[in-house]
Amino acid sequence: MSWNFDNNKPIYIQIADKIEMMILSGEYKSGESLPSVRDFAVQASVNPNTMQRAMQELEARGLICVQRAVGRTVTEDSSVIEKSLNQKVKSITLNYLNEIKALNLEKEEVIKFLEENWQN
Amino acid sequence: MSEILVCNELEKNYSCVKALNGVDLKLEKGKIIGLLGPNGSGKTTFIKIVAGLLKADKGEVLIDGEAVSEKTKAYVSYLPEKNYLDDTMKVYETLDLFSDFYQDFDKEVALKMLENLDIDLNRKYKNLSKGMKEKVQLVLVMSRKAKLYLLDEPIGGVDPATRDYILNTIVSNYAPDSTVLISTHLIADVEKVLDEFIFIKNGEIVMQSGVDSLREEKGVSVDEYFREVFKC
Repeated sequence: MSWNFDNNKPIYIQIADKIEMMILSGEYKSGESLPSVRDFAVQASVNPNTMQRAMQELEARGLICVQRAVGRTVTEDSSVIEKSLNQKVKSITLNYLNEIKALNLEKEEVIKFLEENWQN
Repeated sequence: MSEILVCNELEKNYSCVKALNGVDLKLEKGKIIGLLGPNGSGKTTFIKIVAGLLKADKGEVLIDGEAVSEKTKAYVSYLPEKNYLDDTMKVYETLDLFSDFYQDFDKEVALKMLENLDIDLNRKYKNLSKGMKEKVQLVLVMSRKAKLYLLDEPIGGVDPATRDYILNTIVSNYAPDSTVLISTHLIADVEKVLDEFIFIKNGEIVMQSGVDSLREEKGVSVDEYFREVFKC
């Protein structure tokens, strides 16, 4: 399965965001080693150099570490992951609130709606 | 030396038509580069000159520092846009042909790829569908350990799923220090596998840039930008 990308953002940023989501969601756990750049590139059907750049971006964000002879692993510093998760949740929540508030609903109505739909 | 291909002031005329009008170009090693332009812009002419099938009227081409010759043909792997193999041959015979012709051809790699594609080695070439022919030819060309791959419209005649397969084949088979030049007008499909792109128009290079640098600077994809630049 190749990954899909938007037109307006650099591809390496979109790849980095996607892998960040995989880390935050626990698909790749703290300390776990990541596939090689080449394997990841094939998986996403992207250029290996672009994947390499995405990895550098993730290193810069502090989410992955490069270790000699081991390769790339997800950081073992849980505070970095936690911080990044908080940021993500915050930005998704703010986006959601912006849109839902435009409908002039009461807070209780929105919460009720969230509860009803949580399972689906 | 970090350049695999250098072209200086290349010109090519077909009777009174200017196909290439002073092409200056440098391609670095280890990149996948898209040669993008509308029909009749000079893509195929350019590739054929680098592959050594056509002679330029003016200018010079250096591949890894050498002028085009039998020597460069040994490390340039060229996929023509048309079917060029003998139709009466069987698939395994074309593998032998490539083994005989090219020292850098890795038959094991080719066999493995053909197996993944479920292509029967005993079938005659003329009995394969258009898409299958294109796949076999790409497998042959990508199974060489070349320094420079020239792929002229490798995804032109195949369905979107096969396109993805072909692009994956290219991404997973090129050596990190070799360069792949892909000519196409199906830009949206190839964009994500490219490092760089080159726009060619009326036989001239109008732009050469990185895919992500274009997105960073202008916030548009190569596909959108192409539509803007080549608007009819």
